[in-house]
Amino acid sequence: MAVQLAETAPASAASTSVIGEAFKDALITGLIALGLFGPLIGFETIVIDGVLGLAYRPQLLAVMVGIIFFGRLILNLTIWSPNRKPKARSGPTAFDRAGTVIGPTVKPLLLAFAIGFPFIASWSLGGLNESRYLIDLGILILTYVMLGWGLNIVVGLAGLLDLGYVAFYAVGAYTYALLATSAPINDFFAGLLGATFWANWAFWICLPVAGLFAGIWGMILGFPVLRLRGDYLAIVTLAFGEIIRLVLINWTDLTNGGAGIASIPRATFFGIPFNASENGFAALFGLDFNPMHRILFLYFVILALALITAFATVRLRKLPVGRAWEALREDEIACRSLGINTTNVKLSAFATGAMFGGFAGCFFAVRAGFVSPESFTFDISAMILAIVVLGGMGSQIGVAVAAAVMMGGMEMLRNLGFLRQVFGNDFDPSLYRMLIFGFAMVAIMVWKPRGLVSTRDPTIFLKERKAVSGDLVKEGHG
Amino acid sequence: MDVFIQQLINGLTLGSIYGLIAIGYTMVFGIIGMVNFAHGDVFMVSTFIALICFLLLTTVLGITSIFLALAIVLVVAMFFTSLTNWAIERVAYRPLRGSFRLAPMISAIGMSIFLANFVQVSQGPRNKPVPPMVTDVIVLMDNNGYQVTLAWKQIIIMAVTALLLMGFWYLVQKTSLGRAQRACEQDRKMAALLGINVDHTISLTFVIGAALAAVAGVMYMMYYGVAHFADGFVPGVKAFTAAVLGGIGSLPGAVLGGLLIGLIEVFWSAYFSIEYKDVAAFSILAITLIFMPQGLLGRPEVEKV
Repeated sequence: MAVQLAETAPASAASTSVIGEAFKDALITGLIALGLFGPLIGFETIVIDGVLGLAYRPQLLAVMVGIIFFGRLILNLTIWSPNRKPKARSGPTAFDRAGTVIGPTVKPLLLAFAIGFPFIASWSLGGLNESRYLIDLGILILTYVMLGWGLNIVVGLAGLLDLGYVAFYAVGAYTYALLATSAPINDFFAGLLGATFWANWAFWICLPVAGLFAGIWGMILGFPVLRLRGDYLAIVTLAFGEIIRLVLINWTDLTNGGAGIASIPRATFFGIPFNASENGFAALFGLDFNPMHRILFLYFVILALALITAFATVRLRKLPVGRAWEALREDEIACRSLGINTTNVKLSAFATGAMFGGFAGCFFAVRAGFVSPESFTFDISAMILAIVVLGGMGSQIGVAVAAAVMMGGMEMLRNLGFLRQVFGNDFDPSLYRMLIFGFAMVAIMVWKPRGLVSTRDPTIFLKERKAVSGDLVKEGHG
Repeated sequence: MDVFIQQLINGLTLGSIYGLIAIGYTMVFGIIGMVNFAHGDVFMVSTFIALICFLLLTTVLGITSIFLALAIVLVVAMFFTSLTNWAIERVAYRPLRGSFRLAPMISAIGMSIFLANFVQVSQGPRNKPVPPMVTDVIVLMDNNGYQVTLAWKQIIIMAVTALLLMGFWYLVQKTSLGRAQRACEQDRKMAALLGINVDHTISLTFVIGAALAAVAGVMYMMYYGVAHFADGFVPGVKAFTAAVLGGIGSLPGAVLGGLLIGLIEVFWSAYFSIEYKDVAAFSILAITLIFMPQGLLGRPEVEKV
């Protein structure tokens, strides 16, 4: 943890005193690091035979403090050196230029890659079954891309900090889980349209219903709270997210509590189940039965859902309501004085975002075949928010890349087995996942508060469209 | 009646802890207008620092007087927690002053996740059962076997809280630091023009908030006899609820709100359902913000262009 003291050093100092100053500063930082890490890294509380005791880790503490000290010293002598002239900040940065210049050309390529991904994976690994892991990972990443794009409407476009987005994900998932496993509905359709109708069609009927329900919940929750200013809104949405989770745990009659709902009907190819029977997908299309067909189909379903989210967002931005969202993000008071009904505009953003969360939740339930409140903790909300923040609030491509990097990176952490040889056998890299998330959120905010791709795309322009760096846009209070 | 009195005692004890944490929220909000989301986790870090210090004192140094040990633990925990919060402000919030309005909040959320997981990684994910420290109780009433008791640890918590709050009140109202702090709260730019070191004052606000949270952490550890890495989130949100209920920015409001939240939680658990006690606290937060955003003792917020 570096503290920026270097800025105060005089720029004309002689080089010897620069080194001396840098050393002194690094020493102070090292001492502070010792104080910060001393108790928590230097000692470990361990339970031996039910009694709490202490273990000592002086080497680890020394290594951590050493990293801070030398890191600080090197930074002081190079990047933060007073002899270096600070670069003038104006216009879009390299990342932004990359976002605007490469963006349009990369988009079709990325899309083509996303569509071809399962085939590339199965071709390169020599078979569908072998590529199951990669395709599952692709589904996971696309789910988070979709959630990121959904939350992007609320946070990125409308500038409302929603910390309870997972609530709508949960509403969508539980809507599908409860409706699909409901016996009365099954019996009703069994009498009307055949015994297997509901099991085969539940997903396709429930998908819009789940989105609708989530959207309605968004309205119900949003209506009273959207008059609040930014940070209050964040906390209230956080509270709502927790309330929904606690209700899901405690309302055991409806939701089966913490045990969750299992054996939810699987996805079907528009009514044709993926099984080995005569009426199954494989038999009807003249293929050999392979359980991977369902996984492949799920991949394309989530890809389509994500693309619908992206397409809807792009189109909505061109509509008056979308422009109102962005105007609201930049300056709420100006919006109000121009006669925009801020409550309705906020509500529409909130409900639209919630609806896409509901779709994603429905997909989550059909993919996993099991839902429980454990899947809808605050960590998920924070993760989606981190994706939106890292990607650059409001940028579609940035969010997609951030989702791929974060979820892919998370999977990679799981596979870093060689680190065990360095740190010992009980070292589990996946434990560091959330630690890295949290650190990345702080680092991105400090380093590039607008995210990696942070241009503002003007909707109205004279002659030519110019990208504006997000840093140059000042936001008002809201 | 006896159940009521017993719950009243428990509620006031819990409320004291919430009140101490709530002051940290309300002070930071008052001075830089930001919800310090990581404050609950700073509180959790302080319970671990206190636990480690307590174990060092009792098992390694062999101090047998529990009160002496507790007093030392209190001072040590206050010091290290203040240092932590000072560093957090320096690293995560100060560079963002003047950035867009969601930036410090997002940074604070990241810091909160970082702290909780840092403790999980460095201290392990399991519950840490703290050896019982003060076990004596005073029986106030004995009604056919139902005893209304006042535990010594409850007395300690309430007494320490009251003492600290008096000292804190003196600090804010009577000293030059408190004056500078109140001035920054009213108008940061004007305060800077009049020669107040604003950055310094903001740092000190974080330090004071953390010191009070550390006291709450020591009390929490002593009262519940447990330390866990995830125990910062829910007490943090409840303390924030307390700050909002009392009127954010108002110091007596934070204490009043803390006591009220403690009482509501305890009575809700006793008379309605213990499963929904967190739901009750979160609902109060939402209801207060929706219908009474200025809280009980807060000033109504005037929006300026």
